[in-house]
Amino acid sequence: MGAINEIAARLLETGEAKVVIGYGEGSFGSVRPAFARNQEEAEKLIYDKRCTQNLAMYVYKKEISPLRKLAIVANVSTLRGIIRLASENQIKNGDIITLYINELGEVIECKALSEIEICLAEITPEIKPEDKELIDKLDAMTPQERWNFWISEMESCIKCYACRQACPLCYCTQCAVEVNQPQWIPVAANTSGNLEWHITRAMHLSGRCVECGQCGEACPVNIPIHLLPIKLAEEIKNIYGTVSGMKIQESNTLSTFKPDDKENFIG
Amino acid sequence: MENDFEPKIVAFVCNWCTYAGADLTGTSRIKYSPNVKIIRFPCTGRIDFMLLLKAFSNGADGVIVSGCHPNDCHYTSGNFHARRRWVVFRTLLDFMGIDINRITFTWVSAAEGAKWAEVVNTTASKIKELGPYEAYRKITNEIWES
Ligand code: SF4
Ligand code: SF4
Ligand code: FES
Repeated sequence: MGAINEIAARLLETGEAKVVIGYGEGSFGSVRPAFARNQEEAEKLIYDKRCTQNLAMYVYKKEISPLRKLAIVANVSTLRGIIRLASENQIKNGDIITLYINELGEVIECKALSEIEICLAEITPEIKPEDKELIDKLDAMTPQERWNFWISEMESCIKCYACRQACPLCYCTQCAVEVNQPQWIPVAANTSGNLEWHITRAMHLSGRCVECGQCGEACPVNIPIHLLPIKLAEEIKNIYGTVSGMKIQESNTLSTFKPDDKENFIG
Repeated sequence: MENDFEPKIVAFVCNWCTYAGADLTGTSRIKYSPNVKIIRFPCTGRIDFMLLLKAFSNGADGVIVSGCHPNDCHYTSGNFHARRRWVVFRTLLDFMGIDINRITFTWVSAAEGAKWAEVVNTTASKIKELGPYEAYRKITNEIWES
């Protein structure tokens, strides 16, 4: 039994956690999220290279949050998701025990949010090379080519909202896309409505996105939709120097300002 | 050849500076392009990015967004917040290939009647050059055709 199973078993046994959110074997060699509530389930938890999903999206789900205190197995994305959720007052200190598995495979048990911050302080987050490559490729295109690229992607979006459901930061109980008075975004999946939906999603995540890529990962029609919030996160890093989900005290870049913020397009 | 295209331009302006400024343009009897339709908002902080998209999807060829100069916002900081939002919004639009040349961002105070006329005129002639926003219209028309 690996360290993660032992720790999960202990936390459940002592009652420190009612559930341990982690990863388990799925079908056909895939990995799925797993929720261990007893010794037997704790034994089935796994952790390996395939465990890339950001599990932070489970902590506020209505089926899970009554089970607080929670424990959660965490990769770097999950850590950042938790810290961001804490910045937005969605998690209180002491609600959650984080079992961070570092590069060396060691499990670091963080009981306080400040301990997560300490783990993150050692990490320089970087976006995936393939994402960087595609963003650079798009940046090098003409606006017309970029438009054609995204419109053809928008045409295939079926508006299933999997991208939203997978995101640790899409926790609003009523999403802008479901508001119908006024109806900002049409219900039906059509190209212009899909474009409006994805612009809205990217804007509502700007300054908040923790660059985990889960939204794109979840898309059933393989739209690289994560590139939109990630592009904005990168731009915000360059312009305002802020990185979401690294420090609890970091506010949302778009809900704050400096009187001398620079821009080069307002006449 | 004479360009007889008359662009539709929607201006989203704040009540306290630019709207008053545009009023001054009128009371000063300065003539300016009639292609603009002004929509008044309490503050630039209230100008949601969705409104700009709705303008385009309803057939606008260009958009103007204008409010009080930095430090002059009636609500102290609405325009500072709006400024960050526009920076991010423009990045996103450009990344998606939406023509950001069709959106003019500017500050026009209640005393700048002449500046308002100039902003509208330059925007109108720029949009005239660019022509109708066919690309956007194509995707919005599709809804009605299907
Ligand atoms: S990459 Fe996607 S899923 Fe992850 S935080 Fe950003 S918007 Fe949400
Ligand atoms: S997951 Fe993909 S298909 Fe579903 S709404 Fe998001 S982008 Fe569209
Ligand atoms: S009142 Fe004019 S920008 Fe806020």
